Amino acid sequence: MDQLSLAAFDYDVAHLASALVLLAAFGLLYQRRLPGMINLFALQSAALGTAAAWQAWMQDATQLYATAAIVWTLKAGAVPVGLHWLIRRLHSTRTVETVLGIGPTMLAGVGLIALAVLMVTPIGATRSALTREELALALSVILLGLLIMITRRHAVSQVIGFMCIENGVTLAVVGVKGMPLVVEMSVAFSVMVACILFGIFFFHIRERFDTLDLHFLESFRGEDR
Amino acid sequence: MSGVLFQIVQFALTAALAPLVTGLVRRVKARLYGRIGPSPLQPYRDLWRLLRKEPASAQTASPLFFASPAVAFVALWLASGLIPTFTTDLALASAADLIALVALLALARFATALGGLDVGTAFGGIGASRDMMIAALAEPAILMVIFTLSLIAGSTGLIRIIGFMLGGGVGLEISLSLALIALLMIAIAENGRIPIDNPATHLELTMVHEAMVLEYSGRHLVLVEAAQMLKLLLYLSLVGAIFAPWGIAETDTPDGLMAGLVLYLMKLAVGAAGLGLFEVAIAKMRVFRATEFLGGALLLALLATIFRLIAETI
Repeated sequence: MDQLSLAAFDYDVAHLASALVLLAAFGLLYQRRLPGMINLFALQSAALGTAAAWQAWMQDATQLYATAAIVWTLKAGAVPVGLHWLIRRLHSTRTVETVLGIGPTMLAGVGLIALAVLMVTPIGATRSALTREELALALSVILLGLLIMITRRHAVSQVIGFMCIENGVTLAVVGVKGMPLVVEMSVAFSVMVACILFGIFFFHIRERFDTLDLHFLESFRGEDR
Repeated sequence: MSGVLFQIVQFALTAALAPLVTGLVRRVKARLYGRIGPSPLQPYRDLWRLLRKEPASAQTASPLFFASPAVAFVALWLASGLIPTFTTDLALASAADLIALVALLALARFATALGGLDVGTAFGGIGASRDMMIAALAEPAILMVIFTLSLIAGSTGLIRIIGFMLGGGVGLEISLSLALIALLMIAIAENGRIPIDNPATHLELTMVHEAMVLEYSGRHLVLVEAAQMLKLLLYLSLVGAIFAPWGIAETDTPDGLMAGLVLYLMKLAVGAAGLGLFEVAIAKMRVFRATEFLGGALLLALLATIFRLIAETI
């Protein structure tokens, strides 16, 4: 009985941390201000790090502690600080996003979560329930990240959407038993490289167009508006 | 027999504590703003002073105008007396159903809005229409929360839900935490707290509840204010009863009842302090962004239901 309730508790905590990641992704859809988005992203990453550490303890997998450390230091620490620095340099701290409309966007978000759940449900009863629910949550986070990238115009918020997708991928990796560390390391590394490249791109885009609103790039491509 | 006694005690308790809770929230806010602030007992003195004042009303006021505060007050008092606070052994336990609770809240809101419209002033009308807009968004959200709870506990009866939660059959669940956040957002909106409405201001452009009750004075205003205080207490008790039911006595031992009472008072104090802290930390929204805030609450509640359903099918 004690063993059982303890296992249930482990399960609940793992679940709760993953749910927090999803909730933060949802918050990213709702938030209009860039600094608020960056803070929410930091919160999401911190929750992801906690989920990774908890899974490491549950599965007795040492390499997941490394993942947790990477997530905490880089994605919950360095990247948000860097993004804050970036928007201060670019003078867009006060930027308020003109989004497609919060209501429809969030409805679309709930639709995507339902889709993720429906896709994961038929995976079969052979896998444990935790892995499947974890997978549903991770897929939802990935889809919400895509939605953020689609509905936002500002370049920095699109990068946050991209990082949100990456958080979803990490969440899936963490939930599955026996994923080698090399995979996670390479993903984390490529995201860091992408982030640096994005930073350089921002300065170039702004130099040329005087704005970071990617809307203006469309006319440049010669598309009909 | 003891059920009747406890029920009477509970009605007296909610009515007696409601002004204190409001005073406590004001005190916490004042301290956080760096002021000393009035004593938490100030709302009692305010009500007493208003009670002795001569009521003045508009010439156009119909009997409806005078009846509506009483209807709202009685509905809210009944609703707050239904929620188990320190024991589940209550005479009205079978009526303590979440859907009945929502109906009583809706009745109170309807009566208050009618009273606001009755005199025919611009402020009363705009306050009533805004309050109805908020209610129209909050009600589906609270119903979704109730669906989630009933999916988990197997009943919409509060006694069953509390028994289930106390029984330890439920751990930290995603759907429960989502439902809690949604319920807190709804409670903030329904009580007209920041960021939806500011209870401490009479600024024309933004007020909702204050605009609706602007025409009341004297003993009618006492009922209106007391109803508002009861509503705050009701939501705090509801959140406490469902999500932190520890201490609510299920058997009639003197020790258990005493512990339930003390824990209830502590829950109210923690809730009041938390609300004050939240209100100081956040800025008020434009009235028309209330739809987004409550839309968020509705979607969170919807997510809670979805996750509950997956957990059941998987």
